[in-house]
Amino acid sequence: MVLHTPPSPELVENIIPIADEDLSRKDYASDVDTRWCPGCGDYSILAQMQRSLSNINVAPEKMVFVSGIGCSSRFPYYMNTYGMHSIHGRAPTIASGLKLSRPDLQVFVITGDGDALSIGGNHLLHVLRRNVDVKIFLFNNRIYGLTKGQYSPTSELGKVTKSSPVGTTERPLNPLSVALASEATFVARSYDTDPQHLQTTIEQAARHHGAAFVEILQNCNIFNDRAFADYTDREVRDERLLYLEHGQQMLFGENQDKGLAVSATGLRVVDAHGPDAGLILHHDATRPSPDVHQLLARCNYPEMPVPMGVIRQVTAPTYGDYLDGQIEVQKFKNRHDIAQLLKGRSTWQVE
Amino acid sequence: MTTTSPQANGSGNTATASGGAAIQERDRVTVRFAGDSGDGMQLAGNRFADATAVFGNDFSTLPDFPAEIRAPAGSLAGVSSFQISFSKHQIFTPGDEPDTLVAMNPAALKSHLAALTKGGLLVVNEDAFTSGNLKKANYPSNPLADGSLDDFRIIKAPITTAAIAAVEDLGLTTQNAERTKNFFALGLVYWLYDRDLEPTLDWIEQRFGRLPNIAEANRRALFAGHAYGETTEIADAHVRVPPAVLTPGEYRTITGNQALVLGLITASHLTDLELFYGSYPITPASDVLVELAALREFGVRTFQAEDEISAIGTAIGAAYGGGLGVTGTSGPGIALKSEALNLAVMTELPLLVLDVQRSGPSTGMPTKTEQTDLLQVMFGRNGESPLCVLAAKSPGDCFYMVLEAVRIAFQFVTPVVLLSDTYLANTAEPWPVPDINQLDKIDVPYRKLEHIDPEDFQPYARDPETLARMFVPPGTKGFEHRIGGLEKSDISGDVAYSPENHQRMTDLRGEKIRRIANFMPELEVDGPDSGDMLVLSWGSTYGAVFTAVNDAREAGHEIAHAHLQYLNPFPRNLGDIVSRYNKVLIPEANTGQLRMLIRANFLVDAQGYNEVTGQPLSARLLTEAIIKMASE
Ligand SMILES: Cc1ncc(C[n+]2csc(CCOP(=O)(O)OP(=O)(O)O)c2C)c(N)n1
Ligand code: SF4
Ligand SMILES: [Mg+2]
Repeated sequence: MVLHTPPSPELVENIIPIADEDLSRKDYASDVDTRWCPGCGDYSILAQMQRSLSNINVAPEKMVFVSGIGCSSRFPYYMNTYGMHSIHGRAPTIASGLKLSRPDLQVFVITGDGDALSIGGNHLLHVLRRNVDVKIFLFNNRIYGLTKGQYSPTSELGKVTKSSPVGTTERPLNPLSVALASEATFVARSYDTDPQHLQTTIEQAARHHGAAFVEILQNCNIFNDRAFADYTDREVRDERLLYLEHGQQMLFGENQDKGLAVSATGLRVVDAHGPDAGLILHHDATRPSPDVHQLLARCNYPEMPVPMGVIRQVTAPTYGDYLDGQIEVQKFKNRHDIAQLLKGRSTWQVE
Repeated sequence: MTTTSPQANGSGNTATASGGAAIQERDRVTVRFAGDSGDGMQLAGNRFADATAVFGNDFSTLPDFPAEIRAPAGSLAGVSSFQISFSKHQIFTPGDEPDTLVAMNPAALKSHLAALTKGGLLVVNEDAFTSGNLKKANYPSNPLADGSLDDFRIIKAPITTAAIAAVEDLGLTTQNAERTKNFFALGLVYWLYDRDLEPTLDWIEQRFGRLPNIAEANRRALFAGHAYGETTEIADAHVRVPPAVLTPGEYRTITGNQALVLGLITASHLTDLELFYGSYPITPASDVLVELAALREFGVRTFQAEDEISAIGTAIGAAYGGGLGVTGTSGPGIALKSEALNLAVMTELPLLVLDVQRSGPSTGMPTKTEQTDLLQVMFGRNGESPLCVLAAKSPGDCFYMVLEAVRIAFQFVTPVVLLSDTYLANTAEPWPVPDINQLDKIDVPYRKLEHIDPEDFQPYARDPETLARMFVPPGTKGFEHRIGGLEKSDISGDVAYSPENHQRMTDLRGEKIRRIANFMPELEVDGPDSGDMLVLSWGSTYGAVFTAVNDAREAGHEIAHAHLQYLNPFPRNLGDIVSRYNKVLIPEANTGQLRMLIRANFLVDAQGYNEVTGQPLSARLLTEAIIKMASE
């Protein structure tokens, strides 16, 4: 029997266990020395994560960070919470088992572009499809950092790396498209060098009831420096990024003078003061159909502005809601007497 | 345990009385039902087993079916069979050669005739011996007519037409009417072996009560088959096997897979932890997932993962969360799980892995049995990666070995692999129902740790006796810490790369597993304490080896037998035991995996008896091998 009851409204907001005392950013930092290269984007993400948790004031003992393998996956060691640095690509599986058997815990997955999309691609697909209530942060540096600079599944076609000295011969994946195609209920993007936006996005993900997927563009200054600089550099970002907000018009540009409208082939840029201004879309993250969300996910520089923020957030029962619901219903409907179970359908007596 | 040797199979069919009506008494009989996959042979066999249980014989069954779900009807590939051996004594195998073969079509006859004892009874459905079916079974001429079956006693029964006639006026479709032929055959065999129809009639009512027409058809076919036996002059075929003397108590029928399921639910009760079972379907382990999924009312969380890696990952997550984390699979799945299993070794988490072994390598023969994963689970991981390995010896033993595996997993904070196999998974035997209140609770050490002063907590500090690390799951304030697959510093659990520490941690992980031996029973020897010959076995071959050893003793040889349920660590006294005999024979359904371990560990010149046929060891052939070695 499947429970098709929609979640009750109070389920929609994730219930986050709050600490008794007021905790600051440093209360969430462990005393382990960080080992990333100086200048690595991971530092900023770590700081924003600690600030976000302190903004929410999460109870640290209820927080678990589960990671795979990669530079990014060292993350749990630096958090003064529970954590497991697991094996390459498998963090979503461990996180799923943990969250389903311990719904009281907040489980965050930290992963890289190779970890999540190459070796662990299958697990990413399924954890999102199942809507297990875990929050996944994919640090996308479009390179294998830890193994010293081979191309990754998000590296651009033709990119020259250590393992592609004359350029790659494969097309990259778009992480947001993958997440949307996997029926993710929360899909967002942020980047390492905008602390405020990153904090807000992390908090939005944390408060989502269900699987959340956040792509964080992260600079690897050693093996793939300035991979996102063309649109995330301070001087150009207003012109080249589209900050999405649910309910607001999709406007961008230094003076908010451009917007996105639907075209015959997807989306197009229109002048916010021109004749098509009326066609500029309002962002609806809660739209059941992921059609416009997919179009947004596929906006790439330089043709289009690069979207940042929550692209999609819809309400759906989580895997845990269904599973716990079934357990409750079956406990109510059936006897659960072990002595009876051991006897099976029929027994006989030997005198 | 009765150690009286059961009369060997096929021990003559000497008629004590002639004239058909006289009933002969026999100690033990083995019957095999064989037919097309669609003929309902598994159903017939299981009903026969139920009737036999109620009658009071000891019994053991051996289902054998093709891996293909629907092979072409009448083809050799589509033959499915079910063997049952029943006795007035305790028995430990489903018998080697059947005394009676029921063949529902030519393909079934072709596939199974070779196994039938010379002079054995052959029941054939003569209706199925059409030229088309004969061709599908590659018979150049009809064996019912060409004299090739003269060595056997034959009952040629028009099973299909008689069954259809019995249900004629019920208005069934031809197909449904024909389907009742397995009940007709069953009725006939019930008459042959003096079984009561009552348990089967009850079952029909339970199963088909909501389809009164079908229920009535099956009942009629059953009666018709029974009457056919009674009214047809079948010389010397009416046989009675008196009830066995079993330890008094309440019994049920159980297969190995059912016992695993019951063991897991019971372990959840005895630990007072919720069960999480992550698994990816694979023959012959799927039943465990399927049956557990139907037990949500016991708080069971089954998780059908996207692959075996995910399955063990989720179980590790559940174990890390402090639950009863279990994953189950077969050999190919173990191969996929090995990296994650190593994570559980490194993080030292209490995890249970069930491996219902099947025939390999690669996809091998998915529905056939083998004991070929022992070395895989012992060594099939990178690095020095010790873990605990146990093996069940009978269907019912699967239940108790689950409890033992869970006890060790928690006491020593370690992954434990429990080996079963296809044979144990599917074979059924009578099983004394345990009293849940008589089973010991299983201690969960982290429950006490959660109450110590967090200042005294170090994730890799160890219990001085067991060397179990201080495992505290997430959720407890003041104990926040990180674990992972990188090498751990002794005591603190911090990441560490120092040479001395890695040596020390390698030693500690090994020593922890060895110390399990201090908390488990020593190995018992059945037979002389020392002397000429020891037969050493493990896992599902227990029944065959036990039977063969007893038969060799009957033949005048003094032979000791010891059976291992603990493969890693070995019982403390094993080295001593294997050195006390001139000859050590290790029978296995592999090419010598335990033998390799015994030789490597104890430097004894153990010999092997090895069969890798996909079938359980034959007790008869093994008896011959034992006698041969004993006489050398
Ligand atoms: C089974 C396995 N295969 C390969 C590796 C080697 N390996 C470690 S990290 C990594 C790639 C990491 O790339 P990514 O996920 O993008 O993380 P980043 O280092 O860029 O943060 C690889 C291939 C491994 N640890 N385990
Ligand atoms: S290699 Fe790149 S991703 Fe890894 S720590 Fe250094 S800068 Fe960061
Ligand atoms: Mg990367």
